[in-house]
Amino acid sequence: MVPTNYYLVLSAILFGLGVVAFVFKRNIIAIFMSIELMLNAVNLAFVAFSQAKHQSDGQVFVLFVIVVAAAEAAVGLGIIILTARNRQSLNVEKVNLLKL
Amino acid sequence: MTAQLAIFFILAVIAVLGALSLIFQRHPIHSALSLIVVMVALAGLYLLMGADFVAAVQIIVYGGAIMVLFIFVIMLLNAGIEERTDVSKLAGIAGIPLAVALLGFLAAAVARSSESAQGSGQMALASTKEISTMLFREFVYPFELTSFLILVAILGALVLAQRDN
Amino acid sequence: MNAFLFANATLIITLVKVALLLFIVLTVNAYLTWFERKVVAHMQSRWGPHRVGPHGLLQPLADGAKFLLKEDPTPAGVDKFTYFLAPLMALALALTSIAIIPFGPNPLPWKIWGQDVYLGITNLNIGILALFAITALSVYGVALAGWSSNSKYPLLGGLRSSAQMVSYELALTMSVVGVLLMAGSFNLRDIITAQSHHLERGIFGWNVWPQILGFFCFFIAAVAETNRVPFDLPEAESELVAGFHTEYASFKFAMFFIAEYTSMITVSCLCTIMFFGGWLSPIPELPWLHFTHYLPSAILIPFGLWVIWDGIRYETIFGRVVLPAIGTVITAIGVVLAVFPAVNEFVQGPFWLLAKIGTFLFIYVWMRGTLPRFRYDQLMSFGWKLLLPVSIANVVITAFVLLMRGPQ
Repeated sequence: MVPTNYYLVLSAILFGLGVVAFVFKRNIIAIFMSIELMLNAVNLAFVAFSQAKHQSDGQVFVLFVIVVAAAEAAVGLGIIILTARNRQSLNVEKVNLLKL
Repeated sequence: MTAQLAIFFILAVIAVLGALSLIFQRHPIHSALSLIVVMVALAGLYLLMGADFVAAVQIIVYGGAIMVLFIFVIMLLNAGIEERTDVSKLAGIAGIPLAVALLGFLAAAVARSSESAQGSGQMALASTKEISTMLFREFVYPFELTSFLILVAILGALVLAQRDN
Repeated sequence: MNAFLFANATLIITLVKVALLLFIVLTVNAYLTWFERKVVAHMQSRWGPHRVGPHGLLQPLADGAKFLLKEDPTPAGVDKFTYFLAPLMALALALTSIAIIPFGPNPLPWKIWGQDVYLGITNLNIGILALFAITALSVYGVALAGWSSNSKYPLLGGLRSSAQMVSYELALTMSVVGVLLMAGSFNLRDIITAQSHHLERGIFGWNVWPQILGFFCFFIAAVAETNRVPFDLPEAESELVAGFHTEYASFKFAMFFIAEYTSMITVSCLCTIMFFGGWLSPIPELPWLHFTHYLPSAILIPFGLWVIWDGIRYETIFGRVVLPAIGTVITAIGVVLAVFPAVNEFVQGPFWLLAKIGTFLFIYVWMRGTLPRFRYDQLMSFGWKLLLPVSIANVVITAFVLLMRGPQ
C-alpha cells in the first residue's frame, strides 16, 4: 500500500510548481493554466485524505472543486478574450495602463 | 517495492514532469498539452487509491471539457511563442534556492507528520453509490448552489465574449 | 518455467488477449472499409471494388499497402510535436475503448493456468464512464490536427468538428442515464444482466422498448460523435477539402481513418450492449424453442456452400481457388457447431453479439449511402435545442417511472 504521506508530498510539489508557473510565466493563458494545476494538486490531497479516513467526503468535495474550476475557467477565459482584444497581446506585462 | 508503489512512482514522475514541462514550454499549446498529461496522471493516481468515479469525472470534465476550452481559446486568439522580457536577476539568484528550501521543508514536515496512516487501498463501499448518496443527503445544499453557480458562469461568459453590436 | 507461468498468469493472458484483440479489430476495420464500399456501391447501382481479388476482397490489403508505401510529406510551418501527436492520440484512444467491451457471458470452457479466461480484456466497475472519458479525450485528436496543420481549411474543419463533438457528448451521456438507472451499475456486464431477468420475453425484454427515446438520442449523438454522415460536414469532401485531415498524408491519414472506423465499431458495441441486450438472444428462452440454438450452424452451412458454389464458377483462377477454400472453412465451422453442443452453447452469446454489431454497422453504412449532410448551424441547433432537452426529458421520465414502480 502507498502511504498517504507520499500523496501529500506529491500534492505539495505540484502545488509549488503551480505557484512557480504562476509567478514566472508571462502569457496570461499559461498563468491561468497554473491555477488549474494548483487546483488539481489540492484535489489530490483531498482524495488522499478521503482514502486515509475511509470517508467519501473528500471525493464529494473534489467534485465541487472540479465544478467550480469549470465555472471559473469559463468566465476567466471570457475575460482573457476581452483583454486580448483590448490590448492586442497576451502578455500580462502589456496590461499596464494603470501603472504610474 | 510492490506493484502499487511502482505504479505510484511512475504516475508521480509523469505528473511532476508534466508540471515542469508546463513551466518550461514557450508555446501555450504545449503547456496545455503538458497540463492534460498531469491531469491524466492524477486520474491514474485516483484509480490507484480506489476512487474510480472521481478519476472518470476528472478525465471527462477536466481533461475533456475544461482543457478543450483552453485549447479553443488558444487557437482562436492565435497565441504564439512567449516573448522574452527581462526577468529580475534577484528573483533567479535568491528566489529559486529559497523556493527549493521552502518546498523541502514543507515536504519534510509532511513526511514526518503523524498522519503516516497506511492507506488501505480500495474504498470499502461502492464508490459511485456512496458519493451520490452523500451528494443528495449531506451535501444537497452545495449541490444545488453549484447548479446556480454554473448558470451564472454561463451568463457571464456569454456577456463577456459577445461582440459589441 | 511452469511456476513462473502460473504466478503471472493474469498478466500473460491479458497480454495475449490484447494482442489478439488488436489483430482482430484492425482486420475487422480493414474489411469494414470493403463492406462499406460494396454496400454503398450496390445502393448506387454499381459494383464497388471487385477487381482486386475475388469480389474485391483483397482491396483492403491494397489500400494498406498504398498507405504504407506512399510518400508522407510534412508541410512547412506545422507545429511538429502536435502534428505528429494528433493522429497518434486519435488512434490510441479509439483502440483503447475496445478493451472495455465484454464479448461473451461465460469464460472459456477450460481453465488456462488455473485462471478463468473471460471474453473481454477488462471488467471495469465504471465501464460506461471510462468509455465516455475516452470519447471526451478523442476531441483532442481532431482539434490539434486541425490547428497544427498551419492551414485555413484544416483549422476551420478542426474547430467545427471539435465543437460538434463536444456539443453532442452532452446528449450522448444524458441519453445513457436512463439505462444506468434501470441497471443500477456502470458495469457493462451488469447492464446486460439487468436485461436478462425476463429471458422468456426474448426480444421484448431488451432495454430498447422502455428506453426508445434514449436509444434514438444515443444513436444520433453517437453518429455525430464519430463524425459520420449525416454529421460529417467538418470532413466533407466537397465542402472543406478534407477537413481536419487535409494536410495529413499516407500513414497518418490511415491512423485517422482507422480511428474513425474503430469508434464506429465501439459505438455499435455500446448500442447493442446497452439497448439491445448484448449477447442475449432475441428468441425467447423457452424449452420448446431450444432448436433455435442451432441458428449459427443454420446460417453458416448454407452460406459456406453458396461461397463454394460461387467460387467454382468465378472468372479468375485465384478466385476459383480461394473462394471455395473460404467456403469450406465456413461450412466446417458450421458443422463443428452443429455436432458439438458444448461448443454451440459457448458460441451462442458471442454469435448474437456479433450479429447485432454487424446490423448496427450496416445501419451506419446505410445512412452513409442514403442521407444528405446537415449544414453546420442546423447541426449545432439540432444538438443543443432538440437532442439535449429530449435526453434530459428521458432521464426525468425514467426516474419518475422507476420511483413509481418502487424498489424491486
